[in-house]
Amino acid sequence: MNPGSPSLGEALAIETVELTRRFGSYVAVDRLSLQVGRGIVFGLLGANGAGKSTTIKMLTTLLPPTSGKATVAGFDVVATSRAVRRRIGYVPQMLSADGGLTGRENLRLSAALYGMDTAVAHSRIADALAFMGLDAFGDKLVKTYSGGMIRRLELAQAMLHQPAVLFLDEPTIGLDPTARRSVWDRLLELRDRTGMTILLTTHDMEEADALCGELAILHQGVIAVSGKPSELKAALGAKATLDDVFAHHSGGTIQEGGRYIDVRQARNTARRLG
Amino acid sequence: MISFARQTAAVASAELHKLLRDPTELFSRAVQPILWLVVFGQVFSRVRGIPTGGVSYLAFLTPGILAQSVLFSAIFYGIAVIWERDLGIVHKLLVTPAPRSALVLGKAAAAGLRGVIQAVVVFLIALALGIALRWQALSILVVILAVMLGSAIFSTFSLIIACIVKTRERFMGIGQVLTMPLFFASSAIYPLDLMPDWLQAVARLNPLTYLVDALRGAMIVGGEAVHGLGTDFGVMLVVFVVFTAIAANLYPQLAR
Repeated sequence: MNPGSPSLGEALAIETVELTRRFGSYVAVDRLSLQVGRGIVFGLLGANGAGKSTTIKMLTTLLPPTSGKATVAGFDVVATSRAVRRRIGYVPQMLSADGGLTGRENLRLSAALYGMDTAVAHSRIADALAFMGLDAFGDKLVKTYSGGMIRRLELAQAMLHQPAVLFLDEPTIGLDPTARRSVWDRLLELRDRTGMTILLTTHDMEEADALCGELAILHQGVIAVSGKPSELKAALGAKATLDDVFAHHSGGTIQEGGRYIDVRQARNTARRLG
Repeated sequence: MISFARQTAAVASAELHKLLRDPTELFSRAVQPILWLVVFGQVFSRVRGIPTGGVSYLAFLTPGILAQSVLFSAIFYGIAVIWERDLGIVHKLLVTPAPRSALVLGKAAAAGLRGVIQAVVVFLIALALGIALRWQALSILVVILAVMLGSAIFSTFSLIIACIVKTRERFMGIGQVLTMPLFFASSAIYPLDLMPDWLQAVARLNPLTYLVDALRGAMIVGGEAVHGLGTDFGVMLVVFVVFTAIAANLYPQLAR
């Protein structure tokens, strides 16, 4: 097979087949099979330690799977990892914009790393800053930004090269309600404008309800249930909320579970954003 | 090829922007060479037992202290990379299609330019102490190239350690353990001839020895590169290429 050409599932943005990742004897993701169609916002829900971040790391080529297979935008994440990287954007859970640089410098770095032509980069950076409501702050140091502004800048960085699939790991963790809403609005508008596929992880049911066209609930590394939020709720009764769906399928509430390291990471992020 | 150069330059330029915005580190790094030259150097120049060829001990020591300053600042470069790992910056760099070697080279280039600033500091101290320096353009160019290459080598070495240990605590321990042996097992403060055989053998494997040698040949009036500039730069280039290849391979470990 020619590694430069898309392989299977042209209509799918993401497909995994029995994707598995072990850390020693701990199975973080257990034979995950997932299909995400193009142009939708797909939510991966689960408590801390359910395997969300590990799944995202495998799909973004940061972590090799122990076994199984995954394709993103038609390319295998292991055999054609660079082709995948050209077609995806990624906002990690941690705050990844560089506080010692200005917003514009952060964007310039991204543009150069994606091999963008200087003139193209210049106009796209201006557009991205405007779209994210940051044009007045482009030349200010990121360490002076609020949490919501940093997240919007990171979104701008991740969309600059017009990726086919955008990965967001806990995009609004630690943000206040107003900032959270501003990130949601940008995300939905971005999806409507560009038709890009967005896969996000969250353990916030309100966020899942507001953003996701489809979702899967991960529990201890396996998919407990997946489908459209409305269908999942309807299956449990007329008044059921996503919280009920979550509790029903994961056998507990969102507050339970989680490894020390995941909890620590989430709190660190929340503290930096706050 | 062009995009590789641009990716490398973009990483280097981001690093330099940060350094120039907060130059306190450059000042604090100047303290140690002043102490070594003004205190240690002045005292030891009264000891006539160290064979330094045709130059004074203080002049002999000056290139060694420049090399030391390069080593001590570059070897802790990995701390910044571990910090970037904790922040998620490393993850974001690694999901871009930029080759890992461009990311590593960009960091090394920034460290190289930082080394040039240290060279300026040591030149100023030497000038104040009345040490006879070579001011010819070619000599200065050799000093700049040697300092850049040396900084690139030790910062990349530091990056390799960071990729292996991954936490600041472990890194600090290893950094402390490495710097002094690298410094003493080199020709920075005494010539190789004075060393016992086993230490000479170690010193010949130490890239710092070749950095010191190149600087001694180019920087001071009457100084001599005992290995020859060709050997010095040859060894340093090979070490740098090997370190870059190792670092580019290990860098993705930081995101796991």
